[in-house]
Amino acid sequence: MGTVPSALKHCLSYQHLLKEQLWIGEPAAPPPAAPHPGQEPQAPGLPEYIKIVEVGPRDGLQNEKVIVPTDIKIELINRLSRTGLPAIEVTSFVSSKWVPQMADHKEVMRGIERHPGVQYPVLTPNLQGFHSAIAAGATEVSVFGAASESFSKMNINCSIEESIEKFEEVAKSARNMNIPVRGYVSCALGCPYEGNIIPAKVAEVSKRLYSVGCYEISLGDTIGVGTPGSMKRMLEAVMKEIPLSALAVHCHDTYGQALANILTAIQMGVAVVDSSVAGLGGCPYAKGATGNVATEDVIYMLNGLGINTGVNLYTVMEAGNFICTALNKKTNSKVAQASFNTGTIN
Amino acid sequence: AFPKRVKVVEVGPRDGLQNEKNVVPTPVKISLINMLSETGLQVIEATSFVSPKWVPQMADHTEVMQGINKLPGISYPVLTPNLKGFEAAVAAGAKEVSIFGAASELFTKKNINCSIEESLERFNEVMTAARAASIPVRGYVSCVLGCPYEGKISAAKVAEVSKKMYSMGCYEISLGDTIGIGSPGSMKEMLTAVMKEVPVGALAVHCHDTYGQALANILVALQMGVSVVDASVAGLGGCPYAQGASGNVATEDLVYMLNGLGIHTGVDLQKLMDAGTFICNALNRQTNSKVSQASCRL
Repeated sequence: MGTVPSALKHCLSYQHLLKEQLWIGEPAAPPPAAPHPGQEPQAPGLPEYIKIVEVGPRDGLQNEKVIVPTDIKIELINRLSRTGLPAIEVTSFVSSKWVPQMADHKEVMRGIERHPGVQYPVLTPNLQGFHSAIAAGATEVSVFGAASESFSKMNINCSIEESIEKFEEVAKSARNMNIPVRGYVSCALGCPYEGNIIPAKVAEVSKRLYSVGCYEISLGDTIGVGTPGSMKRMLEAVMKEIPLSALAVHCHDTYGQALANILTAIQMGVAVVDSSVAGLGGCPYAKGATGNVATEDVIYMLNGLGINTGVNLYTVMEAGNFICTALNKKTNSKVAQASFNTGTIN
Repeated sequence: AFPKRVKVVEVGPRDGLQNEKNVVPTPVKISLINMLSETGLQVIEATSFVSPKWVPQMADHTEVMQGINKLPGISYPVLTPNLKGFEAAVAAGAKEVSIFGAASELFTKKNINCSIEESLERFNEVMTAARAASIPVRGYVSCVLGCPYEGKISAAKVAEVSKKMYSMGCYEISLGDTIGIGSPGSMKEMLTAVMKEVPVGALAVHCHDTYGQALANILVALQMGVSVVDASVAGLGGCPYAQGASGNVATEDLVYMLNGLGIHTGVDLQKLMDAGTFICNALNRQTNSKVSQASCRL
């Protein structure tokens, strides 16, 4: 590298800056007791604790072009297990014909370390996938609905109602085996085919999924078109049907709105947020655009708000650095970008 | 409740270009500003009357000022660090100027080689001359949520410096998160302190997106009643304190959010994206605006 610009020579290192500004959470089980010394005073009205659901290994990698070797996937998940993240979505039991990236679902499921206190949900689109997941050792599953008929048809070739009937089969089997089921609602703030999605429809589909037995409903802004305005309207409608404690938001950062949308959701009391390490996963509907919001950037924001997550930001950045190196790509996390590229000399 | 209208202050041609590595030819700068003038933006910071020795990118300040189309109803403020710069700016046709203070002693020392108090004395000279010439002055306070040299900055200090600049006669105080380190928590704390000293109608926020927090920070500011927001087309301008990191928040992404909130800006997003595409092509770089990135169908 050439000479470091003079502005950098006397700057504090990023570690110093981050330490001073933020409480770096130690891995800890929820909920917290008294605030730790040095913690930011918490803004009134916000949840004290937010559960981060890490979807990088599944949603993230699924939308990456390069097929990742099984051992790299396992290493990524093992690193994430040591960060304090309470839930890591590890893989998807779908046909490898449709999703080649997830073809090694059994090997991944069997190969990962299972840390106590960490959930490792997997996607199961139908009963067949569910049984396969259980056989491979899964102890939590997820099902994926949508608030858009067109999206449902294009994605899984059936109507919303037909898809929920399939999920109901999964949920019944799951209940018999004491396996929790998480429900996703895609296109909650807009659809790549239909455009605008009305909040009432999101509420209706969410209610259906909740009533067939999903313990949590993750509302996904699949194409990232939402803004704090549409997020608020959608949540107001859904909160009439589903208890707040059963809601999560899954925001994509395709239009740069994710953190503002997440902030809006947590201001309304939502306490579960999905994100993807290093912002893995592009958008299949807008070429060249980004997808998932980066876990590092979410944690940075939550730390700054004095909200406990139990997650250590540095270790997440390191896991992100690992997978980006393996994928030979740049991180989509701005926190990681600002921290790892810095030329500060200290 | 959110403000019904927000004034977007476009700082791309100055703050943005100043932090871009490639020196941009004068005609390109003029074209950029002219394109921005067609978008509905009401304020476009055009250039900086500083010594070309310090900021080579702004060496053509007189030519830019004299070369741009100045549309009625649009303000084209320029930076003036001292009386000399102010006089040059007025001679070149400037009708509004900006001065740059900081909430950090170390930052002021490293940046302009004097203390905060000394910098305010220099600004006072500019204020006096501006008042005599009926030229409005906008005041910036840098490092409001953190300093690359001092680290944490107390909200009380930000309030103190803001109050001094406001009392000197600045019609507006733009609070800058210079290294983008702030989060909604620190933004709220800082604004609460500043709003005790300066009326919210005279406040603006100038957020950098270095840690991805800009739009969330701006959202909080809006919720607290701030209705003036600075941004840079295509998110021009890196961060001189974190190599490889991004800087200014992108105007396109800001306008997208404000549109979604039903807040009136008067800005045509498509025309804004066109201006962003133009300057990115000229700079041979990718946009930092996610809206632009998502909207580009290759």
